[in-house]
Amino acid sequence: MEPDLQNPLGLSRSEPARTEWKHPSDHWLRGFVLDNRASLGTLGVFIVMMAVFMIANPTVFTTWYLYSSVLTTLPVALFVVVPLVFVVTCCEIDLSFPATMGFASWVFALVVQAGYDPFLGIAAAIVTGTLLGFLVGSLVVYGGLSSLIATLGMNFLLRGLIQIINEGKSMALTGLADSWAYTIFSSQVFGIPVQIFWAIGFVVLSAMLYNRHRFGAQVRVVGDNPDSAQQMGIDVKRVRVKVFVFVGIGAAIAGTFSVMINFTWWPTAGDGYLLPVLASVFVGGTPTWGGIGTVVGGAIGAVTVSFIQTGVVAAGLSGFYVQFFNGLIIILSLLGHKWNQARYR
Amino acid sequence: MAERIIELRDISKSYGQVYALGGVNLSVDRGEVVGLIGDNGAGKSTLIKILSGVVKPTSGEILVRGKPVTGWSAARSRDAGIETVFQDRALAVQQTIVRNIFMGRELTSWLGWLKVNKEIEEASRLMREIGFTSKVFTPHSIVGQLSGGERQGVAIARAIYKQAELIILDEPTTALSLTETAKVFHFVRQVRASGRSILFIGHNIHHVFDIADRFVVLDRGKVALTADRSEVKSAEDLINFMEDVAHPGGLAGLHDAGETEQRVR
Repeated sequence: MEPDLQNPLGLSRSEPARTEWKHPSDHWLRGFVLDNRASLGTLGVFIVMMAVFMIANPTVFTTWYLYSSVLTTLPVALFVVVPLVFVVTCCEIDLSFPATMGFASWVFALVVQAGYDPFLGIAAAIVTGTLLGFLVGSLVVYGGLSSLIATLGMNFLLRGLIQIINEGKSMALTGLADSWAYTIFSSQVFGIPVQIFWAIGFVVLSAMLYNRHRFGAQVRVVGDNPDSAQQMGIDVKRVRVKVFVFVGIGAAIAGTFSVMINFTWWPTAGDGYLLPVLASVFVGGTPTWGGIGTVVGGAIGAVTVSFIQTGVVAAGLSGFYVQFFNGLIIILSLLGHKWNQARYR
Repeated sequence: MAERIIELRDISKSYGQVYALGGVNLSVDRGEVVGLIGDNGAGKSTLIKILSGVVKPTSGEILVRGKPVTGWSAARSRDAGIETVFQDRALAVQQTIVRNIFMGRELTSWLGWLKVNKEIEEASRLMREIGFTSKVFTPHSIVGQLSGGERQGVAIARAIYKQAELIILDEPTTALSLTETAKVFHFVRQVRASGRSILFIGHNIHHVFDIADRFVVLDRGKVALTADRSEVKSAEDLINFMEDVAHPGGLAGLHDAGETEQRVR
């Protein structure tokens, strides 16, 4: 095609056609802020919250112990929050991850207890998580079920299986402390729990997957407009199954990490994570309507949610205030994101 | 004779008891603009969806460059060089222009990582090529912020990216201003000049008459007329023909129309 492209109709234009596009603002900082509004908003909420806590009790919040305890449990949450950002972007929800965490870590515990190397246990847990994610995803996508209800059902079903077989008994894995796997995944480096480095690596990789990989691009398009995605030749069902598989893998890693922290597997492993993890995704700035989301925001949301509990108690308030503050932060974040996102919807 | 890009043979499509298409034959040769006309419910949309692979026909055969194809799907249709600009434009409005242009055809390198810079470069080139230049938006702009004509531009840019052999334009001029319509027409002529083909679907018979080399009139799921440009003297001829087909016996036939409408989807 070589006709007059600059002025195809031979009409006079009000402005000469430029060959280069310009960003509304040439300044890189403004572009950065515009592109990352949601996660920067979440960061703002986190900083304000921490400032309030520090004013309330400066001494506790300058002690390292507090951060160390948050950094031990936070990674477990991060491994499920991040894949859930993908699921919510895809316009689905997965409530079955706590049971997947329990199930996969159970497999890990069984392998370790049988005397095999913990690395083998981790591999077995990840395979289990992948299969469970595939099962849940297929049920939702090919079974045509509502993901909200179907995954809730799967959560009860899998947890029930664990309870039936184990009859409530836990498994102590005393040999774990001497293993290589423990040193690599669960020890401390200069007083910093090493899990956090793995979790940060996972967040960075996932953020790249979300923003700079075909998988993330297709997840966003499918969540945005599944009909268009299908018309453009994307295998919509496959993409949707894949996000559930991703949650399964994340839940398996999270479950394994939680067992390694405690040297013990409980039949309830993962149960307490359901609501804080879901809250983190939305506090992080991923909207409920699908198509857009932010992995980094979700991670900051998880940090915020983990600090609420420790922070409230450390600030000198009784534990009865924890739930109240949890709710307050969630509501304030949602209001903030609504105001923040309405402009670029 | 020019190469035959695609040929549909005896294509039928039924939705349950309702026939949308009953044995349609249609072909598009290289370098021609085929105008597909038909009333509402004639089966135009279904035919487009079959060509673009979104809907599978109940029966019939599809030939691409003379060869019968099996396992026809949206991805296969695009691989065969058929691009469709759907009436609703099929855009993901919360995504950037780049993401829409490369939807389902992301430029990737090793292991599926996106070639971000290459995509932006190509998107800029495409938007310039269709005369879609503005200072206020970039390849990173969200499609939801664009006007109707600009969105049409994004959909067309997506269709021409891979030098498609056949571009299907489904009601491309509906809801566009005069200038924007003229742009679409110019685009159609450009494509023909470059030796590629277009299937132009329109409600406005004058529009179709102005642009097409060959006309196909669809009526109640069947091809009622195929005529070369030389055989049709004016747009009025076409309109008269369509009225005849729809209401045999002139306007008096309108009173009997109730009975025929039941057969139409």
